[in-house]
Amino acid sequence: MTEKEETASGGSKEFLTVAVAGQVFGIPVLQVQDVLGEQKVTKVPLAAREIAGSLNLRGRVVTAINVRHRLQLPALAAGSKTMYIVVNHKDELYSMIVDSVGEVLSVPDKDFEKTPATLDHAWRDLSLGIYRQKDNLLVILDVPKMLESLCMRDSDAA
Amino acid sequence: MDDLVQEFLTETTENLNALDSDIVKLEQNPNDKELIGRIFRLVHTIKGTCGFLGLPRLEMVAHRSENIMGRYREGSLQVTPSSVSLILEAFDRIKEIVAGIAKTGSEPSGDDSALIAKLDAVFEGKAAPVAAKAVAPLQPVASAEEKSLRVNVDVLENLMTVVSELVLTRNQILQILRTQQDSPFTAPLQRLNHVVSELQEGVMQTRMQPIGNAWSKLPRIIRDISVELGKKINLDMRGNETELDRQVLELIKDPLTHMVRNSADHGIEAPSDRVKAGKPEEGTVMLNAFHEGGHIIIEISDDGRGLNSDKIRKKALEKGVATEEQLKAMTDQQVQQFIFAAGFSTADKVTSVSGRGVGMDVVRTNIEKIGGTIEMKSVWTKGTTFTIKIPLTLAIVSALIVEAGSERYAIPQISVKELVCLSDRGENKLEKINGTPVMRLRNRLLPLVALRKVLQQEEPAGNESRSQQVIVVEVGANIFGIIVERIFDTEEIVVKPVSPVLKNIPIFSGNTILGDGRVIMILDPNGIANFVNSSVGIDAENRNKREETRVVADSERKVPLLLFRAGEGSLRVVPLSLVSRLEEFDCKNIEISGGQKVVQYRSKLMPLVPFSADVKQKEQGSQSVLVFSDRERSMGLMVDEIVDIVEERIDIQVTSEDGSAILGSAIIQGKAVDVINVGHFVSTVHKDWFGSTESFQSAQKDGHKKILLVDDSPFFCNMLSPMLGGAGYEVVSTRSALEALNLCRNGETFDIIISDIEMPDMSGFEFAEKVRSNESRWKSTPLLALSSHATPQDLVRGKAAGFDDYIAKFDRDILLKTISRMGDAA
Repeated sequence: MTEKEETASGGSKEFLTVAVAGQVFGIPVLQVQDVLGEQKVTKVPLAAREIAGSLNLRGRVVTAINVRHRLQLPALAAGSKTMYIVVNHKDELYSMIVDSVGEVLSVPDKDFEKTPATLDHAWRDLSLGIYRQKDNLLVILDVPKMLESLCMRDSDAA
Repeated sequence: MDDLVQEFLTETTENLNALDSDIVKLEQNPNDKELIGRIFRLVHTIKGTCGFLGLPRLEMVAHRSENIMGRYREGSLQVTPSSVSLILEAFDRIKEIVAGIAKTGSEPSGDDSALIAKLDAVFEGKAAPVAAKAVAPLQPVASAEEKSLRVNVDVLENLMTVVSELVLTRNQILQILRTQQDSPFTAPLQRLNHVVSELQEGVMQTRMQPIGNAWSKLPRIIRDISVELGKKINLDMRGNETELDRQVLELIKDPLTHMVRNSADHGIEAPSDRVKAGKPEEGTVMLNAFHEGGHIIIEISDDGRGLNSDKIRKKALEKGVATEEQLKAMTDQQVQQFIFAAGFSTADKVTSVSGRGVGMDVVRTNIEKIGGTIEMKSVWTKGTTFTIKIPLTLAIVSALIVEAGSERYAIPQISVKELVCLSDRGENKLEKINGTPVMRLRNRLLPLVALRKVLQQEEPAGNESRSQQVIVVEVGANIFGIIVERIFDTEEIVVKPVSPVLKNIPIFSGNTILGDGRVIMILDPNGIANFVNSSVGIDAENRNKREETRVVADSERKVPLLLFRAGEGSLRVVPLSLVSRLEEFDCKNIEISGGQKVVQYRSKLMPLVPFSADVKQKEQGSQSVLVFSDRERSMGLMVDEIVDIVEERIDIQVTSEDGSAILGSAIIQGKAVDVINVGHFVSTVHKDWFGSTESFQSAQKDGHKKILLVDDSPFFCNMLSPMLGGAGYEVVSTRSALEALNLCRNGETFDIIISDIEMPDMSGFEFAEKVRSNESRWKSTPLLALSSHATPQDLVRGKAAGFDDYIAKFDRDILLKTISRMGDAA
């Protein structure tokens, strides 16, 4: 991501907005492969807490990541509806479980801000930056980093 | 036609087609070195293979062409159109001959002398004769291709994946159909079902190759070994035509070659020895492959000398993979399994053939990697037999679907021996020993493990009245039962690798999608076996280690002690568990470096310290050394004589000051002995050797930090308490983890907890997990593991269990520093 250099220019970027615990996040739209409704997820015992399990997407096994857990947020009440954002990372499919999906937003680069240093480090590590919106702030999720860090941390725990 | 010739034809035809276009390119770029090199190599390959296969006519033509190409390559001959034409003519002749071979299976007769004379003339630098007119119009050399076709492996792999998906979809549709009655789809789906099955079989067939392909090089290898070592060996290969998946074949090729080589080199004796032993002069190495219930069995046996258990014992001791005590308790069969340990070779000499000590461990790992098993039976003087059992294919496996903790899992059928239904009455009853489930199965005790427990699933809220089934699995030579709640069906499943974020869980070997569309995890019996290891004992080495610790705990905590003599005065003693090895070094090898005695040990320099000034430094002969090591570091303590190893309960009277060589005294076998302070020697070396000169006095300033010490051995409690006390801490010691947890419940608090790992009742790992659990009041207290067997796995496991750090027992300098650091952080 090179938002920093481009803030001065008049370009814009497109993000899919998702909501997690009241906060609006943006995922670069080109990273999103699919958006799914409620899915049947097979739990994987012994896996890290953030890994919700595996699901079948048209014959491919997709690993589901609970974004709430990853961001150290409390779990949703049982029975609440969730959405699944499917992304491809290094030829593997992952699906990020979020509370709800909004729309595809085109945001001007001039509204970009660096992630505030005071943010909780679990958030700071996974955020590429912030876009100032009229009514709220859009936190851009660093999806590859989120998945990468899961792989790394997992092998540490072994 | 011979397989080899067939293969040669396919390859040569391909090469020749490439050559044609290359030569034409050469004519246009006569100075392209790379191109000339490539042509040269191709011609050379053809020539070489012809010689090997006994095709003199072909070889002759190829040879002369190669000569010319050789001169082109050196640059000593100009590439001219006329000479190129001549070479083309030669290639045409080669094609002609190749076509003849393809037709009749042998070289056609014919006269090449005219062509050869022309080629020789060009080679000698004479002007090429006027380009000969094109030879008789060519028959396309296709006959070899008609029967076999080279297909890129990727294409087949891809086809296989697609078929796998098709199989899954078919299963799904069949599943839906089962719920419908009188569906108009029934008949066409039946047909689809058959077609898919046939297609699957067909695609599998394309991947199948006879195992003979992996064996084709063996006769040559055996011949070379016989010549080199002066042995007479007959290689008997049976079941050549047994087919298995190409992928599997590739993976077992090297292990097989290695094992056959081993059999010929280590197994078969020299002819004279064989005659002496009353055997025929010629030894036999037999390979036998056959199908058995969905997998392939390969036996490699020899009628050689077999494994000498005594020699292995000696070697095991030398290599430090087991102690004398452990070895004593092992059966020959168990001892023989050591050949699968890394770096183990019983060959007396390293020959060019084998004996470098790399091998059998790799063989076993490779075979287990593809879901196979390897067993060995050996009888001294009679011979050795290895039995390898491998799946036919890796892509589609037959698996048993089971349920535990309301999720379903697949277990590969290959490791399932039988299924047993547990009942409250009758023989198949679940019994418990100290909470560990076992059952009686045909007069044998079968250790059990609950899958739910392996997967750390919650216990069901109710009781255990749910029906339980036991899957008896066999992994290597170990048999154990896995308790599951339900057993469904067997299904053909397509193994898909698990996502990288789940790779670290050793219990799963993959995942798959079932007929009903749900994803399930595939259990890895090897992984479960390793988990079970803690209760069942998977390899002899570990089992024995555990048995030993149990014995120590049961017999009123006797400690194995090493008695030795060093300098004047009484016998000295050190707990054996602190000593990593006993060594004898030749005095010639002891050198001085930077004022410090050192010796080369395991390709590193190890510092040597005399026990005291009056330990006589011998001029020659060998020096007895006790080696202490922890992770990367080691040091040797020079002593006069090692007297004995005894198992005694000792009461140690701590008499000494901080940092002295003697910790205190004790009575052993009625005699007073000095208990040495290993920490003293280690720290003398470590201070200047490893740069840890910083003193640990800082601990003093912490005042009255309270430390809880959990160690089942009174010896260590007695040794550590005064030492920590001396450093200014208040120490409370308990003899078991349970006792410690009681303290926790009673509301005691500590600044630091130090725990041993190997303890009866509850291990240090379990203790740490309990301490770190949410309801524990001690969950944020720094936790330090203390043990005498620190392997990297222990470190990792300790960290995972919740320990903050891991320290070797005798490393007191580090221990004090760590405690001080932790105390500050707390």
